[in-house]
Amino acid sequence: MKRFRGFVIKEFYHIFRDKRSLFILFGMPIAQILLFGFAITNEINNVDIAVLDHSKDATTKEIINKISASSYFTIDQFIEREADIETAFKQGKVKAVLNIEKDFSKKLIAESKAEVLIITDATDPNTANTIYNYVTAILQNYQQGKNKGSNMPYQITPRTRMVYNPELKSVFMFVPGVMTIILMLVSAMMTSISITREKELGTMEILLVSPLKPFQVIVGKVVPYIFLSVINAIIIVVLSIFVFKMPVEGSLFLLGLESVLFIITALALGILISTIAGTQQTAMMISLMGLMLPVILLSGFIFPVASMPYILQLISNIVPAKWFIIIIKGIMLKGVGLQFIWKETLILLGMTVFFIGLSVKKYKIRLE
Amino acid sequence: MSIVVDSISKSYNSLKALNNISFDVKEGELFGLIGPDGAGKTTLFRILVTLLFADEGKASVAGLDLVEDYKTIRESVGYMPGRFSLYQDLTVEENLKFFATIFGTSIAENYDLIADIYVQIEPFKNRRAGKLSGGMKQKLALCCALIHKPTVLFLDEPTTGVDPVSRKEFWEMIKRLQQKGITILVSTPYMDEAALCDRIALIQDGSLLQIDTPEAIIKKYPKSIYNVSADNMYELIQRLKAYEYSHSVYPFGEYVHYTDKRTHVNTDELKRYLSGHSLANVSIDITEPTIEDAFMELAK
Repeated sequence: MKRFRGFVIKEFYHIFRDKRSLFILFGMPIAQILLFGFAITNEINNVDIAVLDHSKDATTKEIINKISASSYFTIDQFIEREADIETAFKQGKVKAVLNIEKDFSKKLIAESKAEVLIITDATDPNTANTIYNYVTAILQNYQQGKNKGSNMPYQITPRTRMVYNPELKSVFMFVPGVMTIILMLVSAMMTSISITREKELGTMEILLVSPLKPFQVIVGKVVPYIFLSVINAIIIVVLSIFVFKMPVEGSLFLLGLESVLFIITALALGILISTIAGTQQTAMMISLMGLMLPVILLSGFIFPVASMPYILQLISNIVPAKWFIIIIKGIMLKGVGLQFIWKETLILLGMTVFFIGLSVKKYKIRLE
Repeated sequence: MSIVVDSISKSYNSLKALNNISFDVKEGELFGLIGPDGAGKTTLFRILVTLLFADEGKASVAGLDLVEDYKTIRESVGYMPGRFSLYQDLTVEENLKFFATIFGTSIAENYDLIADIYVQIEPFKNRRAGKLSGGMKQKLALCCALIHKPTVLFLDEPTTGVDPVSRKEFWEMIKRLQQKGITILVSTPYMDEAALCDRIALIQDGSLLQIDTPEAIIKKYPKSIYNVSADNMYELIQRLKAYEYSHSVYPFGEYVHYTDKRTHVNTDELKRYLSGHSLANVSIDITEPTIEDAFMELAK
């Protein structure tokens, strides 16, 4: 145990003294998350919208003024007929159309309820979503101002219709995806590099001619990276909650456990790579090509698995990332508990055990 | 017997790295493996420290079989590879501590063994190993190989790339370790270091040429050897090679070592021959053969 602890301490020295690996370890996740964070920023400015006002009364005028007064929207045109909505979108300039129903004021007074239909161009789902949120906010704000001191609260109901991509499937898709990529890449690449470095620098020769057992070397290599990857996972979750406004519906504890499991899977893969690769360069290339591509293409991160050709669907089953994405999407977005994802968890667990077993078996106790 | 090597052969694909090697090293002996680069020294070392399997033959270290008892061997031998193989990003002290720990011991426990080597690098104990000079790196590597008090020490070219002063110091250390009862197998491409060993094996192209004490190897040298010098070294070598009785001609420092085909050499005649070929200040003196001469003769 003392030998093992000495080995782990040595690994930490390596990590903290090698600026390059430190940079990969913590720089990459933060950079990626922030990059994605800015790419889907919620800030919109002067978005061109069109208005189809069926009532044209005092209330609707007030609402339209309020909207155009905000810095978020510019009213590009007023449309007269429903049929022109399509034309407006097709021209491409207008990102949303406000369709205000007939007799808006009357309904608001008579039924305390009136509707605005917000039609958004969802070819860019994030913008569509944001526009909807902003218009809703403006309407609510207006409504609150009106309702002040009134015992008969008005209610303006914004209804939404997203055209071209109604389900907005990709919106929260990539947070689990990015998290998966980072954990997979950092964990697998860093361990495979750190083991091949010992081979390249000749220190493996001395480690082999020492009483250290293969599993002590392997576990000793992995332990520091489990620790660091958990910190990474925490950074990612915290950033995604605050930068992406990513909801975490399910248990954070379960999310943590599943992440640790996936980290171990990735580390086991890293060890396996290092048993094949002879140099740090090869290890890095195998990690990048052999892990990054399947994670991006086959895990369902960008392309839904269900719409892949049957053969690729079959292949995607052996990509650990696919199962992890299902798990964390379940936990983060749907708030499911272990009873719904035990199967995926078991598959990941099985893969991990398999990879570790294979690496211990393939770990060479001699030079050839 | 501390090390017994019995007809070991090893090939890399079609290249024969070791060809039927056999020798013994007695307990407490300082045994040198002498040969040029690529002779197979490192391969033999790796086989003996259980890093490689031999294709044929058997060997034992400290009475333990290389294949069956490899785990025990790994606990009881010290190995210093030819290439500097310590952690360059760890400090001197951290390296030593690490190797002590993985062998289940501590620096304090075996300090007396490394003390006179370690005091020389102790002033730099907080320096990263990668920033040490060549000589100091080797001293640190030796400390790391010794820290678990091995019974047999394998030093693969410990003085390659080390300055002459440090080389001398290093050999003094090796001698002192031997006095502490450690069996030492050391390899070197430097023939002058061979004389410091108890016994040596000359190795070339994977085959052993001769095994004996350095004195005996020199004694067995069959020829009279001459130090020849002249103003123009290059011309001298060419002329000596062209001489009809020339047996061997090797540059040796400021001289050329020359041997003759005949048992009785007429130095005056040789001098006349050289002077007659526009070489000035020719001097010819008989001299003692060295290990290098013996090696050259055997490798011929």
